[in-house]
Amino acid sequence: MSNLSATLRSAGSAMGLAIAMGLVAFVVFGPLANLVIWAFAEQWFYPNQWPTRWGFEFWGRVFRPRAGAWESLWNSVSIAVATVGLSMALSVPAGYALARLALPARSLIMLIFLLPQAFPSLPIFVNIAAIFYNFGLNGTLFGVVLVHSLPGLVYAVWIATAAFSAVDRSMEEAARNLGAGPLRTFRDITLPQAFPGLMAASIFVFLDSIDEFTGTYFVGAPDIATLPILMFNASMGGNYQIAAITALILLIPSVGFMLVIERFLKADVLSRIGR
Amino acid sequence: MTATTSADARQTPPDPVPGSASRRLSGMLPGLLLVAPALTAIGLLYAAPLVRSLVTAFVGADGTFTFANLEKALEFYGADILFSILVTLASLALIAATSIAIAGYLTLGQSRWAVPLLRWMYRWPLFIPFIVAGQTARSFLARNGMLNTLLADAGVLDAAAAQSLLDWRGLVLTFAWKQVPFVTLLLAGAMASLDRSTIEAARNLGASRLRCLFEIVLPQVRPQLFVALVLSLVTLLSVLSVPVMLISGNPTMMTAMMAHRVTYYGDYAVANALGLFSYLLTAAAAWAYLRMSLKEKANP
Repeated sequence: MSNLSATLRSAGSAMGLAIAMGLVAFVVFGPLANLVIWAFAEQWFYPNQWPTRWGFEFWGRVFRPRAGAWESLWNSVSIAVATVGLSMALSVPAGYALARLALPARSLIMLIFLLPQAFPSLPIFVNIAAIFYNFGLNGTLFGVVLVHSLPGLVYAVWIATAAFSAVDRSMEEAARNLGAGPLRTFRDITLPQAFPGLMAASIFVFLDSIDEFTGTYFVGAPDIATLPILMFNASMGGNYQIAAITALILLIPSVGFMLVIERFLKADVLSRIGR
Repeated sequence: MTATTSADARQTPPDPVPGSASRRLSGMLPGLLLVAPALTAIGLLYAAPLVRSLVTAFVGADGTFTFANLEKALEFYGADILFSILVTLASLALIAATSIAIAGYLTLGQSRWAVPLLRWMYRWPLFIPFIVAGQTARSFLARNGMLNTLLADAGVLDAAAAQSLLDWRGLVLTFAWKQVPFVTLLLAGAMASLDRSTIEAARNLGASRLRCLFEIVLPQVRPQLFVALVLSLVTLLSVLSVPVMLISGNPTMMTAMMAHRVTYYGDYAVANALGLFSYLLTAAAAWAYLRMSLKEKANP
């Protein structure tokens, strides 16, 4: 008897657990499924509950030569690549110095590199746009790269510092003892070991730049259209199919990087972030 | 413990000759030269606009010091400031409750299939851009959106009584959807590094898992929960796309009003005054956090 009631109870709790997991799955994937449906819905008018015609018609429209999607995609990718280049060029030396060299007020410098993430960024972007206006940087690719590099630098410096502190110091010392100069030691010993962490930093900067909306909106618009700007304009214009298709394109790097990030950001680097 | 030793090693200068300040400074020169370009970039891209935003908020049209911009911001956008505070507080409450539930289950759950499944599922929105979250919310939560359709199909909701959730509720739900994975990630990480033996001991003494969570696990990870929530607050006060896409009328979030003031009126003064209020909100949260952590250090 007690056996039976125990079995029933465990079956009941397994059922409850299954319902709870179903709910989580619905909350996480429901909105995403909604996006996919919109991307393939050719006709979806009230009061029809579901699309009445499905197909690729809007995909063709988005990728028509003059529709602007290719140009936005090209803008987004080239801005992101340039942002990664600029942020890493500045933060690899800074990260190495913060991890390895003697510095006055090191924790203050680390704090300065954290500040841009510690306060709301929208007023900063508004004023960057006002300052850029004086230099003719508004509406230029270079201006957008600069504004994307601000959040980029924060991620890059912090992760690069952690990556360099995780490098085994004794191997560097051994190389120096064997007669390698500091530059050669850096190139042949330090850099290869820090590489996965630096790669992770680059991925973060790339993702952040691809997804960035607010800074581009103030500095780039209306001359520079990136994918987020294209999506925003389509959505505000009530063109949900175009918006959903652009949103799905934006999801490719986000989800792809989510799946590979753990390969680059190892626990020994993660545990050193902020030290 | 290798981390602490390397951190200690880093703080001792390589050339510790006592009393030779100039020599120590020259030993720091390479480091300073390597940091200088990045620091300059932060100065130009962050410090200069920050100073400009603070100064502009207090300068009138005639170039003199004034509180008029702040007064105007309060008078025109007081309701929006209040709305922003209430929406962020509601979002943070929902985020905290959900993240504690998920992280707690990931730490204390025993199911062999549900724990890995939940771990795999909860992270998905983490890297999804806010603007995509805004677009999906816009079509998912609308009156004729997929949520209401599904609820009506399931017989939970009368289709005629369906409401649009595209108001403060939509903002709270979208913000939570986007931020819960981030807070859960930090929280579950902190919980995973706790000493398991006290939890096991309490479990062996017959404490329920819920009691374990609230009386043993949660008090130990409170600092990490607070940090994650403060970072989320900053994020929510910075997002422009979601409020613009979800809310059509007034009141709305301060970010939308700042953008409105700049794009339609070119009025940087009032926009920056509004920005000042958003700094103050974040500063208040940071201050509350610091006070809490100091108190905990004083009497652990």
